[in-house]
Amino acid sequence: MATGEVVHVHAAPQGFIRKYIFSLDHKVIGLQYYFLALTAVFVGMFLSLLMRVHMIWPTAVLPLVGEIKPETYLSLLTMHGTIMVFFVLTTAPQGGFGNYFLPIQIGAPDMAFPVLNMLSFWTTFVAFVVLLAAFFVTGGAPLHGWTGYAPLSALTNAGPGQQLGADLWITSIAIFCIASLMGALNFITTTLDLRAKGMTMMRMPLTCWAWFITAILGLLAFGVLLSAGILLLLDRNLGTSFYVPLVVVNGQIMGHKGGSPLLWQHLFWFFGHPEVYIAILPGMGVASQLLSTFSRKPIFGYKAMVYAIMAIGFLGFMVWGHHMFMSGMSPYSAFAFSLMTMAIGVPSAIKTFNWLGTLHKGRIRFQTPMLYAIGFVSLFVSGGLSGPFLAQPVLDIPLHDTAFVVGHFHLIMGVAAIFGMFAGTYYWFPKMFGRMMNETWGRVHFFITLAGTYCIFMPMHYLGMAGQPRRYSQFTELAYLQHLIPLNTFITYAAILTIGAQFIFVINLFWSMFKGPKSSDNPWEATTLEWTTATPPPHDNFGGRTPVVNHGPYEYSVPGAPRDFVMQTDPASVRTH
Amino acid sequence: MFDTFPLWPARASTTAGSVDALYIFLVALAAFMSVSIFIMIVVFATRFRRRKGVQAEQIEGSTPLELTWTVIPLGIFMVIFVWGAVIYFRERTPPRGATEVYVVAKQWMWKLQHEEGQREINELHVPVGRDVKMIMTSQDVIHSFYVPAFRMKQDVLPGRYTTAWFRATRPGTYHLFCAEYCGTMHSGMIGQVVVMEPAQYEAWLGGGAAMGSLAANGESIFQQLGCSTCHRFDTQGRGPNLAGLFGKPVQLEDGRTVVADENYIRESILSPAAKIVSGFKPIMPVFQGLVSEEQLSALVAYIKSLNQPPAGAAATPSLLPGTKPQQPKVQ
Repeated sequence: MATGEVVHVHAAPQGFIRKYIFSLDHKVIGLQYYFLALTAVFVGMFLSLLMRVHMIWPTAVLPLVGEIKPETYLSLLTMHGTIMVFFVLTTAPQGGFGNYFLPIQIGAPDMAFPVLNMLSFWTTFVAFVVLLAAFFVTGGAPLHGWTGYAPLSALTNAGPGQQLGADLWITSIAIFCIASLMGALNFITTTLDLRAKGMTMMRMPLTCWAWFITAILGLLAFGVLLSAGILLLLDRNLGTSFYVPLVVVNGQIMGHKGGSPLLWQHLFWFFGHPEVYIAILPGMGVASQLLSTFSRKPIFGYKAMVYAIMAIGFLGFMVWGHHMFMSGMSPYSAFAFSLMTMAIGVPSAIKTFNWLGTLHKGRIRFQTPMLYAIGFVSLFVSGGLSGPFLAQPVLDIPLHDTAFVVGHFHLIMGVAAIFGMFAGTYYWFPKMFGRMMNETWGRVHFFITLAGTYCIFMPMHYLGMAGQPRRYSQFTELAYLQHLIPLNTFITYAAILTIGAQFIFVINLFWSMFKGPKSSDNPWEATTLEWTTATPPPHDNFGGRTPVVNHGPYEYSVPGAPRDFVMQTDPASVRTH
Repeated sequence: MFDTFPLWPARASTTAGSVDALYIFLVALAAFMSVSIFIMIVVFATRFRRRKGVQAEQIEGSTPLELTWTVIPLGIFMVIFVWGAVIYFRERTPPRGATEVYVVAKQWMWKLQHEEGQREINELHVPVGRDVKMIMTSQDVIHSFYVPAFRMKQDVLPGRYTTAWFRATRPGTYHLFCAEYCGTMHSGMIGQVVVMEPAQYEAWLGGGAAMGSLAANGESIFQQLGCSTCHRFDTQGRGPNLAGLFGKPVQLEDGRTVVADENYIRESILSPAAKIVSGFKPIMPVFQGLVSEEQLSALVAYIKSLNQPPAGAAATPSLLPGTKPQQPKVQ
């Protein structure tokens, strides 16, 4: 339990390498994760740009890749999905922001296991390098999709890129799993053991709750994916048959027999569905934090928000079968998975309405972080509402593996989570770098990105219902899909514009890091512990002090208080509730 | 309704209408919810902007309100669930007496065999108004049989059969996609389903029927492979008598009881030791790798045809007046 007597075990390091490269400081490690994800997101975005261009101009010769053959397109989509899901959506919200701010927000000097923390970052880094290496080996990058469905992924002669490229892909995922397991352990221990005096669980900011539950999900999910990946490596290289029954490829009988082609899907989605929440829960935490701060109001229904995060995490493990309605499962299993999936909509609805309740009767300050928090809610709603469609087996039948699904998960898991990261970046930037980001360019970036996102992903729902399958390297020649080409062209233009707008963000980020106006210690007049310490925070976070917490995390507009916010460390004599 | 609505692919099967009805309901619900929420965001954003000298109200929450927006969504979700489940159950239960089509998928081609013996590639001809059951397998990776106009999609897996059924409601040519990503030429694994008037269909059937029915083909494979030496119909052989086996429960040596469906027959041919019938010895050789998927389909069709009621007994009543289920020939 929380104690006041935390001893900080390592002294502030001297020397560049120990300070910035192999650092034990959670803040440096958080930034390392953040910049790794920033690199990854640009790689992933570039790949998606190539795909969108190829879809409309299939014969165009593109920079770096030349003419796009079907296998090039398929490896682009495989690598895009893998990079985005693992190295962006899993890495930045949890590894980046979680690492930097969880210890500070609970009043700890560092993570519970600093060496393990450093190790998990560098393991993630190795995983990223191994994945990128797949582009440069004979045969190129794998083309089995980010879901890596066996037997396609298990057969080395199933296509170009399915030899060394696919082995590198699986190895990278396995290394990533190990890194995430170490990270998850560290987060859980830190949250449970290193809270400052007075920081009870129910006084933790909702960001901390989100990072904590996300870590538990990671601990349970990544272990399963790791073992699934190892079995796949065995199938590919040692002739085992976990996933492959007797099959004939290119007229040749393969040496496997008796494996189950559905085993991979079960193991993968047992990881894969909780992964959605691993990506989105931290964003929910950030949105809650910011909506309360910038509305100058307590979060509406703090307890309900905590229980909703728990419920989403718990139910998230019982719905993986909704990715497999098409696989020939018994209708009764399908009903169970469908029911659980519908049930998960309830805590999501609670969160949405509580966010709206937070805005109601507030005094809203529309600074860039707040715009992104509201943008998050908007995307969460529009991406979430297509969920009940896919949760119905009977509607999933026409929609599965079409553009509808692509639109759905990009809105809810992709862009909503990324809006959480943008919100976090604009919000915590002053604390991390001691300077403010440019407000005007922040707004411009927000409005282009929000509009662009909707222009890209909303039409995809319609394309899916109209029958456009996903993962088709070539569809412009199909008479059946001719009438959908104009809309696809529109999406491509929107994507080019939206991707271009991201350079506004990057320039703003780096320019402000060096040239932005100096920030005070608490520029947003927020209440949580990171705003009580110096900017940027000293090596042990609180400069030798140990904070003592007297109040809940969202004490805004307390009647009778001298200011419209009561910080968590303010003396207990200030009456809150 | 909505038949000429450009938003949808053609609607050409019996389930398409009820699927679209649920879809339209959900679209309306989603539109209503998102519009109301966006209006609320905009209204709150304007009404509760920061103003000098005015403080926010300190509201911590409201249990009655929170209960309201827990219970109402739950109720709506349950209605949707039950509605969808009813349609889904119907869609997953193949009607009795459906015409059967055996499908073998491979990279990157659909091979189809009719009970009557016709074989097709990337094309399926069916008559309008008749139930058609697809019995599908893959010889390599996972594929998926997707006909948007029928609102039908079913993954096709290697090493087992999956099934799906439909009844086409209007003649025409409809697009067939492979929907489960299957490798390099996935986007080329396409074809068409041609729905014909029954008379035209009979003519089409007659036009290509040089070979015998699928079951007859299966019977000759049954003889060639020597299956008939042990699986005898006159006396008790070393293997179980297969007449009347299909669809019946089978008592196994280890005490379990399984129903003899297509997957059971398939497994018992490929790896007989997996399920030994009570009272028999595990002496049957393994046919894994010795018979092709097409031969297996023929064998399965043959064993099913052994269920044929003796001449004179009533056939399964047909579901639609004017259509008669095609029964394989009795040997």
